[in-house]
Amino acid sequence: MTAMTSRGTTAKRRGRLLYVGVAAVVAYCLAPFYWMLVSSLRRTSDIFDTSLVPSPVSFENYRSLFGASQGFTRALLNSLVVAGITTVLALLLATFTAYAMARLEFRFKRLILTLVIATSMFPVVSIVVPLLKLFTDIGWINTYQAMIVPSMSFALPLAVWNLTTFFRQMPDELEHAAMVDGCTRGQAFRKVIIPLAAPGIFTTAIITFIAAWNEFLIALSMTNRPDMQTAPVAISKFTGATTYETPFGSQMAAGVLVTIPLVVMVLLFQRRIVAGLTAGAAK
Amino acid sequence: MTDVEIPTGTAAAEARRPSRTPVRGLRTRSRATAGSGRMAALLVSPTLLVLMIVVLYPTVMALRESLYGPKGLDPKTGFIRSTEPFVGLKNYADILGAAGDRFWNAFWNTTFFTVVTVGLETVIGVAMALIMHRAFSGRALVRAGILVPWAVPTAISALLWRWIFNSDGIANALIGHQILWTTEGFHAKVAVIVAEVWKTAPFIGLLVLAGLQVIPNEVYEAARIDGASALRRFWHITLPLVKPALLVAMLFRCMDALRMFDLPYILIGAQKNSVETLSMLAQNEASNVRFGPASAYAVLLFLYVFLVALAFVRLLGADLVGGTAGGRRKRTGLWFPRRAEVTV
Repeated sequence: MTAMTSRGTTAKRRGRLLYVGVAAVVAYCLAPFYWMLVSSLRRTSDIFDTSLVPSPVSFENYRSLFGASQGFTRALLNSLVVAGITTVLALLLATFTAYAMARLEFRFKRLILTLVIATSMFPVVSIVVPLLKLFTDIGWINTYQAMIVPSMSFALPLAVWNLTTFFRQMPDELEHAAMVDGCTRGQAFRKVIIPLAAPGIFTTAIITFIAAWNEFLIALSMTNRPDMQTAPVAISKFTGATTYETPFGSQMAAGVLVTIPLVVMVLLFQRRIVAGLTAGAAK
Repeated sequence: MTDVEIPTGTAAAEARRPSRTPVRGLRTRSRATAGSGRMAALLVSPTLLVLMIVVLYPTVMALRESLYGPKGLDPKTGFIRSTEPFVGLKNYADILGAAGDRFWNAFWNTTFFTVVTVGLETVIGVAMALIMHRAFSGRALVRAGILVPWAVPTAISALLWRWIFNSDGIANALIGHQILWTTEGFHAKVAVIVAEVWKTAPFIGLLVLAGLQVIPNEVYEAARIDGASALRRFWHITLPLVKPALLVAMLFRCMDALRMFDLPYILIGAQKNSVETLSMLAQNEASNVRFGPASAYAVLLFLYVFLVALAFVRLLGADLVGGTAGGRRKRTGLWFPRRAEVTV
């Protein structure tokens, strides 16, 4: 009897300890983000406040962001164009390649897959340095293509790897059935595989988009005009009214605006994103 | 659909191994009948072409460029040259010799950041995974929360941490000291490490969690009946079984940490000795139009990354398959090879 109750209390204590652990994990992950949110909602006059809730709540920082001087709207648009086009191009090429990797037998398949994955480990700066020189020579500095082309170097391997994993998980019998019913392999791919792989393609698109959206080094190197900078670069270069004052409030507000779409996507599709990340073990 | 789906778990994979040979024969034949060679070439070549243009070509260009000096006055003729002179290995000699301090400083910074951040991330990530694995209620919520640091752009997280580490910021308020985190010194390294670990430890946690979830519960029950303590169960069951997943995660974190740029660049600033990494050094030289030295730095970084990856994969390959190369090939036959095995 006593043994049972003591075991009961140990279990209960362990359960409580687990809750503490879970709370610690969530706090660790969310506290800095929460601080960004809180700071963005303070007035400039009480930005150094350390209270956990902003009082009074002020949207001053957000209003100042969309003032003409910062060019933040333009930066958001640039980010959207660069990340969007990169994602679409990478997905377009990767879907075909991944299908071949997952379904067809051909020579050098392992070698090709190895090479594609090896490129995803490549230090971006090794590509940026020579391309910067090339793009300077051909006058591509401050253009979208100067940011999109180098971005393919990480977006494409990422997309190929994730999609290959998704295609692998689909049973071969799907195409076999379609081909028995008279489809060619191409038709089977188009009419059976693509619709069924749509969730996988969608997840890969999100992961690729996030990677391209977060890119900083390429965008920093390939632009020197403020109106062509992407949002992360533009925000890092925000200046305050005076040279000695860093506008932390508007930086935090801009950070929140740039991050919120990603966080919303992550919350909506977290199950699929986790599946994609862990299957591909990619960044 | 579920009954034909191939389980990817380690234990399940072991269990299915004996029945592999006939299945494999059948599959190869059915795939080969489709005349897939030409189709594969058609499907794969666009990707290879693009990768050649955006990766291979710049790499070769960087190698070539690193052998050339800057434009400028020609000492022999006194005229300004329009082409860059060939200088051989002079850029490398300069980097390792005269300007060696800056290179070796960046090299050690890069190495230090990689070792410390990946080490901390692994410990914290595994701890997170163990907690999440036990938590049944609210797991979806925790998983969503854990993805937030991953989704925050590195540049934004650097700004966020610069705000936290501001001299009047929350970090100093919490510890009750006045530390100028973002000035030169060891504390700047600490700031970078804290920010980096915050962003990436959850990612390792996520991958390890996936590894934990395929360990069958019976293994633990058997160990518990045999009287193994929680610590022994972790050390002798959990760790060996999640090791493949963990090592792959660590490999990719290492590759990422070796090319670290955004975080120290924004959090502390460019050309700061205490945090300058090899990527920052190369980018700095290139943005000052010194393409020769910049390319040499880029090539050296590339070689370094390559060597670390190679060392890691050798280590990993041995660990994954128990040492025999033949076993490795057999293992990756039908199953989609793990990412690290692919790179062998």
